[in-house]
Amino acid sequence: MIFNIEVNNKTIKAQKGDTILMALKNNGIKVPTLCHMEDFKATGSCRMCVVEVEGKPNLIPACSYPVEEWMRIWTHSPKVIHARKTIVELLLSNHPDDCLYCERNGNCELQKLAIELNVRERRFPGKKNKYKTDPSSASIVRDPAKCILCGRCARICEKTIGVSAIDFIGKGSKSIIGPAFNKGLNISSCINCGQCILVCPTGALYEKAHFAEIQDALHNPDLHVVIQYSPTVPITLAEEFGIKPGKDINGILNAVLRKIGFEKVFDTAFAVDLMVMEESDELIDRLQHDGKLPMFTSCCPGWIKYIEQFRPDFIENLSTCKSPQQMMGAVINSYYSQTNNIPSEKIYSVSVMPCTAKKFEAQREQMTHKGITDVDAVLTTRELARLIRLNGIDINQCEPGTPDLPFRNRSSAGKIAGVSGGIMESMIRTLNYKLSGKELLNYKIQEIRNVKGRKEITIKMGGTEIGDGCD
Amino acid sequence: MNGRGGGGFPTGKKWKIAHSTASDQKFLICNADESDPGAFMDRAIIEGDTYRLLEGIAIAAYAIGASRAYVYIRAEYTQALEKLKHAVGQAKTYGLLGENIYNSGFNLSIIIKQGAGAFVCGEETALINSIEGKRGMPRTKPPFPAIEGLFGHPTVINNVETLANIPAIFDYGPHWFNSIGTQKSKGTKVFALTGKIRNTGLVEIPMGTKLRDIIFTMGGGVKNFKKFKAVQIGGPSGTCITEENLDIEIDYESLKTVGAIMGSGGMVIMDEDTCMVDIAKFFMNFLQKESCGKCIPCREGTRRMHEILEHITKRPTNEGGHETLERFKGIMQLESLAEVIKTTSLCGLGQTSPNPLLSTLNLFREEYEEHIFDRKCRANVCRELRTFYIDVEKCTGCTLCLKKCPAEAIIGTPRNPHFIIEDRCTGCGICFDICKFVAVTVK
Repeated sequence: MIFNIEVNNKTIKAQKGDTILMALKNNGIKVPTLCHMEDFKATGSCRMCVVEVEGKPNLIPACSYPVEEWMRIWTHSPKVIHARKTIVELLLSNHPDDCLYCERNGNCELQKLAIELNVRERRFPGKKNKYKTDPSSASIVRDPAKCILCGRCARICEKTIGVSAIDFIGKGSKSIIGPAFNKGLNISSCINCGQCILVCPTGALYEKAHFAEIQDALHNPDLHVVIQYSPTVPITLAEEFGIKPGKDINGILNAVLRKIGFEKVFDTAFAVDLMVMEESDELIDRLQHDGKLPMFTSCCPGWIKYIEQFRPDFIENLSTCKSPQQMMGAVINSYYSQTNNIPSEKIYSVSVMPCTAKKFEAQREQMTHKGITDVDAVLTTRELARLIRLNGIDINQCEPGTPDLPFRNRSSAGKIAGVSGGIMESMIRTLNYKLSGKELLNYKIQEIRNVKGRKEITIKMGGTEIGDGCD
Repeated sequence: MNGRGGGGFPTGKKWKIAHSTASDQKFLICNADESDPGAFMDRAIIEGDTYRLLEGIAIAAYAIGASRAYVYIRAEYTQALEKLKHAVGQAKTYGLLGENIYNSGFNLSIIIKQGAGAFVCGEETALINSIEGKRGMPRTKPPFPAIEGLFGHPTVINNVETLANIPAIFDYGPHWFNSIGTQKSKGTKVFALTGKIRNTGLVEIPMGTKLRDIIFTMGGGVKNFKKFKAVQIGGPSGTCITEENLDIEIDYESLKTVGAIMGSGGMVIMDEDTCMVDIAKFFMNFLQKESCGKCIPCREGTRRMHEILEHITKRPTNEGGHETLERFKGIMQLESLAEVIKTTSLCGLGQTSPNPLLSTLNLFREEYEEHIFDRKCRANVCRELRTFYIDVEKCTGCTLCLKKCPAEAIIGTPRNPHFIIEDRCTGCGICFDICKFVAVTVK
């Protein structure tokens, strides 16, 4: 049911059942928010989105109040602006004053609000809570002093990820968000997926930096520093440099990495091919010898930790293959090391991954061989962008290059590992060949080339019908 | 009948909303969390007349179609809890609770849920969250609990006193109930008289009774023949009423005209020895500690308001002149900050948190100004603002105060009058207490 409401003295259309915020958004009217998350039920914590509604003595939170017919709303009346400004000032009164040194300088929602609301003085000089940073996790650093308690991280960890590693602890102005008993994140049930970092509006959560080690290694003449990058990285990197998001700058990336000082640049997509070869063999072995089915892929370290912690009954279903990052790390330290006569202790192996969980994976005990880690340090795409900037490289001025041998060539199946459903498609192509001896005619499997939450397909391959699903 | 928990929402209307909302499961919750400092009306009802409460619960549950009722009682009420458990057990034994009660086809089970010490869990949506096993943080309204409450089902939450009124209404009829009280507010209300009053305790009065009668006739007037200063009604959410409005007739509407609220029934009487700034500070401290922390205005705002109040009751040391300005600035900000907190907080705790402060600031502005500019507390309550001095006529030089002074602020030789160094004096009052010759007085 559509009806009229009045906003800022203009009549607009609103739908019954929508919140005021939705109705405003559908009409292009913006109202600042802080704790709001798309697709999540509003909690009404931050009170930033308050608006003035005729007839109501208090200000109304637009995110959670349903829109009613004949409402007369003012989104930027003096009362509302003063309230929003006071709320931001209250937040700032309990926030460290170190924007210039902060991870999120220039990219912080609190900073943006302070600018938008023209905050110019410290109106509430008072005590600030003192908290210690928690750098225990291999992937994620917590800084509770910068937390504004919007609760986004807790909500996404509980509802989307289903882990609930962090939640509210304590009461009142002593509340913080942390893992159970406020112990280190490394001993909590956190699977290192990094989604909390994605939704955190301030610098309270950020990825563990491995910047410094890599810089040291690059300037160490004794070490042979090599780098591998996931197929997703060249596609997501472009956005950081003002290039159209989604443009593949693979060639340029190879050149850029050499300019920074990496002695060899390898493409992880090569290792994806390796992994598909190994894993398809494993699946066929299980199919033919009554092995544990269904078989789950094992590239994602967050997924692995999740299974280990919450569903250990499925551990045997996991594929025993390593992830492409680790396979590449392993072949660098063995094949590459031997054929190029560089002892593996002298090789410093770096990888660039679009994911924080890979930092955790690289330092796992199991990912070593005779005491030498397969991958020494992991950079996220964001960290790579910083490294590029720090070295003063203008990527628009670089000529594209190719990765180095022996890990240069890859199939298209290797590349599509970077997208949803990609590994599955790669597996299907290889399985089909192995089982029927023939290549798939339509090797671009459109049914799984989408971003649906769950995809399922059954294919006849060489006399066997195999069902595949991926979430 | 208006709800007796403080909100004053018409009980019948709430029941009707829940009754007409379709659902396969409905709940009735009795709010026995009673956490207002000094309030003990509900406790007396639960301890003294438990079955009356259970009867009220049963009638309410039947009215809305609920088959499960919860009594959310604060864990600190150990005796009331015991009585409640016993009463529910007895009711079960006699078939007054359970399946198909007396072959009526109506099922009702009463579950007792203990609180865990949070004042905010008296707020209905926080209470619901608490019963569901989550953190006791309030939810946004709408949706209102009568439509979508406990576990997503229609839920009615009623205060103990509200439910305790129900059986009498059924026994004697609505006409009887409506014959008591005023035009808009019917029935009786229980008040807890506390503070500087001769007769402390509970009184149940018909709506429309004059406030003066409650305090001076039933309460016996101010203790120790001191002068009446103000009465604080409504607990931490409440405001003060002074001498000029004492002839007001207690009912929901008339209290609003003097800027006060009925609240749950707490009445704290204050005399000339009460410092109004200290009262505001006390309630702000309480609210600050009990804030759940969910929304910014309450969590951070009450903290800053409390800080400003602490600032003006703090020891004056080496003040360069601009501190006075800072304090005054703080007070000016208080009003604007209070307005924002009032209009943007998520729940009643935050929304009413500035009330004690604003009310005392409005009625006793001179006291605030004395604290800020003159650095004096006329009631001699604010410790750090007290200065003591020794009457040279009375002092015998016994050196007792000199020895006991923790700040070494007293100087003197034996058998000669002693002297208190104002700059060192912390206002603790030990010398005042121990002087046998009444030589130490407050300036």
